[in-house]
Amino acid sequence: MYQLIDPILVAVLLLNFAALGASQLRTVIHAIALQGVLLGVLVVVAHNEFTIWAVLMACAAITLKGIFIPRLLFHAIREVSIRREVEPIIGFIASLLLGGLGTALAVLFSNTLPIAQEHVGSLIVPAALSTTLTGFLILTTRVKAITQVVGYLVLENGIFIFGMLLVEAMPFLVEIGVLLDLFVAIFVMGIIINRISREFSTVSTRNLSSLKE
Amino acid sequence: MTQLLVITAIVLHAISGVPGLLFKRSADAGQKLSVALSTFGTVVGITGSIASLWFSTPKTSIIAIDGLSVIFLLPIFLISTLGSIYGLSYWKQADHPDNGQKLRLFYGLVTAALAAVTIAANAIVFLVAWEIMALSAYFLITTEDKDTAVRESGWVYLIATHLATLCLFGLFALLHSATGSFQLSPLTAGAVAPGVFTAMFLLALIGFGLKAGLMPLHMWLPGAHAMAPSHVSALMSGVLIKIGIYGFLRLCSLLPEPPLWWGGVILAVGVTSGVLGVVFALGQHDLKRLLAYHSIENIGIITIGIGLAMVGRTLERTDFVLLGMAGALLHVWNHGLFKSLLFLSAGAVIHATHTREIDQLGGLAKSMPRTALYFAVGAAAICGLPPLNGFVSEFLIYLGLFHSLNSGSGMTWTAAAFAIPALAMIGALAVTCFVKAFGAVFLGVARSEHARHAHEAKSMMTGPMLALVGFCLAIGLTPLLVAPVLEHGIRAWEPAAFDSGQKLTMLAPLGWLTIAGAALIVLITLGSFVLARRLRRCGVNPGVTWDCGYAAPASTMQYTSSSFAQMIVALFSWVLRPRVETPAEQPVFANAAHFHSHVSDIVLDGVLRPSFRFGAKITSSFRFLQAGNIHAYLFYIVLFLICLLLWR
Repeated sequence: MYQLIDPILVAVLLLNFAALGASQLRTVIHAIALQGVLLGVLVVVAHNEFTIWAVLMACAAITLKGIFIPRLLFHAIREVSIRREVEPIIGFIASLLLGGLGTALAVLFSNTLPIAQEHVGSLIVPAALSTTLTGFLILTTRVKAITQVVGYLVLENGIFIFGMLLVEAMPFLVEIGVLLDLFVAIFVMGIIINRISREFSTVSTRNLSSLKE
Repeated sequence: MTQLLVITAIVLHAISGVPGLLFKRSADAGQKLSVALSTFGTVVGITGSIASLWFSTPKTSIIAIDGLSVIFLLPIFLISTLGSIYGLSYWKQADHPDNGQKLRLFYGLVTAALAAVTIAANAIVFLVAWEIMALSAYFLITTEDKDTAVRESGWVYLIATHLATLCLFGLFALLHSATGSFQLSPLTAGAVAPGVFTAMFLLALIGFGLKAGLMPLHMWLPGAHAMAPSHVSALMSGVLIKIGIYGFLRLCSLLPEPPLWWGGVILAVGVTSGVLGVVFALGQHDLKRLLAYHSIENIGIITIGIGLAMVGRTLERTDFVLLGMAGALLHVWNHGLFKSLLFLSAGAVIHATHTREIDQLGGLAKSMPRTALYFAVGAAAICGLPPLNGFVSEFLIYLGLFHSLNSGSGMTWTAAAFAIPALAMIGALAVTCFVKAFGAVFLGVARSEHARHAHEAKSMMTGPMLALVGFCLAIGLTPLLVAPVLEHGIRAWEPAAFDSGQKLTMLAPLGWLTIAGAALIVLITLGSFVLARRLRRCGVNPGVTWDCGYAAPASTMQYTSSSFAQMIVALFSWVLRPRVETPAEQPVFANAAHFHSHVSDIVLDGVLRPSFRFGAKITSSFRFLQAGNIHAYLFYIVLFLICLLLWR
């Protein structure tokens, strides 16, 4: 089952590009939801056996990342009535190119890292790095507050993939804690988005710059 | 038992300002109550301190009272109470409803904290008391916080005092690393590397030097002393800056086997402070700033004594230690006495004329004869003239320096060869400066309406001054009486000082000072009698001061404070850097011209402010980074993360 890891990670990487290149918010959220589900599956695959904890963990991840958070985001879109317009600061092509460049650099860079013997040659580290970078890319180049949340989610997914390296060492409780963190953060962000749209009748984060001293 | 007395006194002082808060703002009752509490506390405290010299008490881990503490406790209690009695009339609650209560609260707190610092046996207790003292002093300086200049001086003080506290944190951290405890107990040589001791010494010199106002570190002192109410200035100059000396002495007594260069550094700093302090004083036009610079000078003199004692410790010459420390400790008292006397009389002048500008005053000796007399006594004392107290302490330091001339060691010989003329020069310049101050303020004729309508201070104000005059005379005439207390102080600082069997009274002819002083007083009295009789016989024609044969003499014909000091200011213009605006070349029929000269502080206005302005200019060019754009901030985080990843 271990050999399944790399195909899943390739799919995750492709979904990164989907999230970067899509112009419709709906598509982006669908891509992220799928990525979340894949990561849930990855937990079981990485554990290499069906322990009760692994299955529980996978279920929690899938429910949260694949179902709950996307639903929350769709709800938010309905609330503040936006459908499309990802509103990037740089163009979609440029984002895709940067994402590609990031992924290539991540692969190159991960070869230079001192990694434990059993992970050499696996895609875990490059995928984790490139997903993190993608998350940052979305965070820094998208204007709408909802895309910020998406960026944060992708970033979190990257860190989650890193966690797969430590699957034997990391206690179950820590992983659950990380998921809870994510949940709370998204929840808070959802509330903030609502507040922003109610106050400024827009969800663009550009207005936040008036808060600088 | 004696500890209990001192602690009671500290508590009484600490709460002395509290009852005042409960009364109406316009009522004087609270002020009277706080003065009563403070006086009672002082009586208890002085009794306890003096008793603790003879009834030795067991040291606890929190407080310990030894000879050195007592030397500092006595002026703290005494001057604080005299100041608060003075405040009854000077800072009447009814006249200052806005800040009178605040002033007295922090006045009591600062006194209590000062006393607590001197009896702390533990670095933590020391630091806590130190911080209470430093912060209360800030609120005292900014009593009149409606004035921008006052707020700015307070701000400079706050920065300086925090810098000092930072040094003390470093110092006590090193102490803990050397001994494993925070107790202020002597260190053993070889416990840690000698470099640690040197670091501790330098940190102490900077940290305590900032509080004491040693010359390059004095930047907060003139402004703070000038802006505070006068009895607060008296407390600060007389007592608060001495706590820096106390801390430095205490720490030096803990460090074992000081190298010779420590003493040399202390001597050099002392000479610099002394000479430059008095030179800067000469350039001032503000009566209280002038007095503040004299504090720097006197701290310099005290430091010269300490430097001599440190050299003595290194060379194991008990005569250096005895004379240097006795001079330094006695000067701590003396400066506390005559400087608070001077500040209190300056306060009386300000109270009567509402100005601190020397060039606005003049002729006050006629309207304020008692204040003028007390100021004159204080001025003579600070100049080190016999038969007053300043002479005794400077005499002891001179004597110690002369002892070191025949020590045979090259280093001490050189140090003494520099310090003796420097001390002499300090004395001479101080006389010039006080001739200028006394002459311009009290003699001649009034230069402004303010000075013309001056009135004598009330007895609540002159009373404390008279008491201080009495103490100045008493120490000046009977130095033998204070010698045992000084010896207790020296023993606490360096127990080995009495090993060779020498005593202070054997080294210094203190008894002869009494006889010489008495003879001098008799001579002066006789001389003035003879003079008065001859004057009466010739008949005296009272005329206008500075008449000089002019048909219509004006008050502007008098020497001003700057014209009197002009020659010396010009001699020292390489360090004073006076700003002089001279009138431009005039046509044959001269137009109205204007002359102005000003001496600003070399460290604060010459070095610190420009460098801070430069720093602000450099850093403000990075302001564009803070764009207020959330995406930019996130981008910075990415960059930082990538840098972290690529690092190594």
